[in-house]
Amino acid sequence: MSTITDPPKPGFRLSQLIYDTRYRSLTIQTVALILLVLAFSWLISNTIQNLEALGKDFDFGFLSSRAGYDINQMLIPYDNSMSHGRAALVGIANTLLVAFLGCVTATVIGVLVGVLRLSKNWIVSRLMAVYVEAFRNVPLLLWIVLIFALLTESTPQPRDFREGGDASMLFSESVAITNRGVFIPNPIWGPNSGILIAVFIASIIGAILYRRYAKKVLFDTGRLLPMTWPALAIAIIPTFLFYFILGRPVSLEYPVLGGFNFQGGLQLRNSLIALWVALSLYTGAFIAEIVRAGILSVSKGQTEASFALGLRPNRTMNLVILPQALRVIIPPLISQFLNLTKNSSLAIAVGYMDVRATLGGITINQTGRELEGMLLLGMFYLALSLIISSLMNVYNNSKKLKER
Amino acid sequence: MSDTNAQSVGFVRDKMLPESAPPTLERGVVKWIRENLFSSVLNSVLTLGSIYVIYWIVAHLYPWLANSVWSASSLNECREIRDATVGPGVPSACFAVITDRWEQLLFGFYPNDAYWRPVMALVAFLVAIAPVLFVSLPRKLLWFSAASPFVMFSLLWGGSIWGPITVAVGFGVGYAAFVLLGRVAGALVSVLGSIIAPVLFWMFLAGPIAGALTAVAPIGLPFVESRSFGGFTLSVIIGVSGIVLSMPLGILLALGRQSDLFIINKVSVAFIEVIRGVPLIVWLFTAQLILGYFLPPGTTFDLTLRVIIMVTLFSSAYIAEVVRGGLAALPKGQYEGADSLGLDYWQSMRLIILPQALKISIPGIVNTFIGLFKDTTLVVFIGLFDPIGLSNAIRASTDWNGIYWELFVFIGLLFFIFCYSMGRYSLFLERKLQRENR
Repeated sequence: MSTITDPPKPGFRLSQLIYDTRYRSLTIQTVALILLVLAFSWLISNTIQNLEALGKDFDFGFLSSRAGYDINQMLIPYDNSMSHGRAALVGIANTLLVAFLGCVTATVIGVLVGVLRLSKNWIVSRLMAVYVEAFRNVPLLLWIVLIFALLTESTPQPRDFREGGDASMLFSESVAITNRGVFIPNPIWGPNSGILIAVFIASIIGAILYRRYAKKVLFDTGRLLPMTWPALAIAIIPTFLFYFILGRPVSLEYPVLGGFNFQGGLQLRNSLIALWVALSLYTGAFIAEIVRAGILSVSKGQTEASFALGLRPNRTMNLVILPQALRVIIPPLISQFLNLTKNSSLAIAVGYMDVRATLGGITINQTGRELEGMLLLGMFYLALSLIISSLMNVYNNSKKLKER
Repeated sequence: MSDTNAQSVGFVRDKMLPESAPPTLERGVVKWIRENLFSSVLNSVLTLGSIYVIYWIVAHLYPWLANSVWSASSLNECREIRDATVGPGVPSACFAVITDRWEQLLFGFYPNDAYWRPVMALVAFLVAIAPVLFVSLPRKLLWFSAASPFVMFSLLWGGSIWGPITVAVGFGVGYAAFVLLGRVAGALVSVLGSIIAPVLFWMFLAGPIAGALTAVAPIGLPFVESRSFGGFTLSVIIGVSGIVLSMPLGILLALGRQSDLFIINKVSVAFIEVIRGVPLIVWLFTAQLILGYFLPPGTTFDLTLRVIIMVTLFSSAYIAEVVRGGLAALPKGQYEGADSLGLDYWQSMRLIILPQALKISIPGIVNTFIGLFKDTTLVVFIGLFDPIGLSNAIRASTDWNGIYWELFVFIGLLFFIFCYSMGRYSLFLERKLQRENR
């Protein structure tokens, strides 16, 4: 007679914490947590000791004290009697400006170059390959410095624009490219210009709605409404009409040569232009490779199949190739936008007053608050990165392959 | 029957005609041009536009390059030579600045009579990296690769050779502890021992031993301060140490981010996101300005070393993301297969998962390395003399005040050569690994 007995239940032994997989992960995590807490408390206690030794405290009050320095390029009103916090905001606005401009132009350049590099035209594709390799393999800093030198060294001085000088303004006396920056007409917003802007925004929304409607009609009934021209007309014509109905509320102030420099108009400093051009060309080269890879990732059978269905080449591109290519393109594109935003901190090379130069530069030097200043600067960049990547992830999710 | 049929045909050709050439438009260069350059209106416009762009660039660059001056001691002398030979006002490059200052651009302020040392260190690096890059080389060379960090350190910084040797011995101590304890006390103790033994050795024994040996036999090269490092030597030192050190750290972070252990996972995610969210310049300023706050009072250490640590941490976060992509791209069956073979976590990672994941992520890893190497130029902002910093210094001297393009061309070309060859190697590796797969 055989009886089945339970195996003897072993009690909990200490060695199980290490050798039993049920407990081991807990052990490892506890040890890691303890080490982490120890490391952080060591760092913080060091910091406290060091701050005490230097007679400093940890305080963000400096943000509201008077800044006392000038910023030469600003989007929001500022003068040197305002606070350090305000100066930081001016810097943030400048960073966002160059990052936004850079992202837009880099995308345009990248898409054009990426498509052209795939062209069957030998010369064009070679030329684009040279551009891409040249920009991808040379440090961005060198490009920024080089373009800045190009702008300051090989453009005419304002005094060359005088009578008898050898330089002249472009676009019927409205744009002047000088070694002190580019002067362009400045729009003057008169009364009623608010209405004009509202009309413009409304007509853009109208154009988008029309496109949606046309698409719905196409998908529901198969009837093809013309899309491009009506949408363009809806977007532009009302604004034009209102511009004249309201009595030309917006006028342009042209730059005029006076004294040693141009007066009036809008001055884009060389630092901004150099940074903008270099960032766009550099990131554009990377985006071009991403776009090329994206288009190549759509198999040739897709094109052939849509031709077999009788779609014309541009509809094939819009309806078959691009939606699939975009899925491959968007995630790395997001990280390129992030890179561009972070690379805009290289503004330091040309003296563009971005947030690193105001908050992380002059403010730190004047107040001696390295710890607080760098912390705020880091948090700003971190927050910006997280916001951009989460926004783009929302867009990515809307384009992603929906598996049901 | 067949006879009568044959009779009825009036003419039968019994000789092949010689093939005639295709029409001119359909052969050779003409065909190629028609098909590749002028196949449509848009293509023709593009072709003509590109030809014009190329013409414009060449027309501006060629006279500048062709009339270049290669030997002079200042920009003014350059201009005088140009005026005498090709006439005033003609565009002319003054590459004399390169022949005059190339040593500085390459070696910074390294002592003149010791230029052979960075060169030998570079040779040592190339010999050490060769067996890692190309599998066809003899495996014995890997022993030299293991020793090369110490060789390169003593070549570059100099000082007594016993310091690096005792540090190297520490690793030997760790290995010995691993083997011996493994026989006596089991796996876990031996791993712990292999970490603790060398640390104890370095903390308490290495200093006195190295000191004693130096007193007995003072062998070694003259000591060179890191402050005198500069130019491409500095870029390559920061770049290479960053690359070599960030790789293992990046892999560990990627594994941490994929891990099921909650705390390890969250710590890795936080580290990676914080490092990636903030530009390198801000990290370098952190290293320069506020790293001292976090260390025990009175600690100071070399700025170059701080930069290397920061660059390593920075690029390890990027490597981690690339490797994570590789890990995520592996089919789940590979993980399950490794588990079902009874391999433990580290074995399955080492033998099954990582070889495949790393292979997938080669292009991304090499791109990160190229980015890291290019980013070494940013150290100019915290006062180290990389090539761009030196070009500013050269321009600040009275002899070469006002010279831009020649220096940019030289620096750009050197970076291009380095980065482009890294990119080509990654393509070669991808192709080679792909073929093995078939």
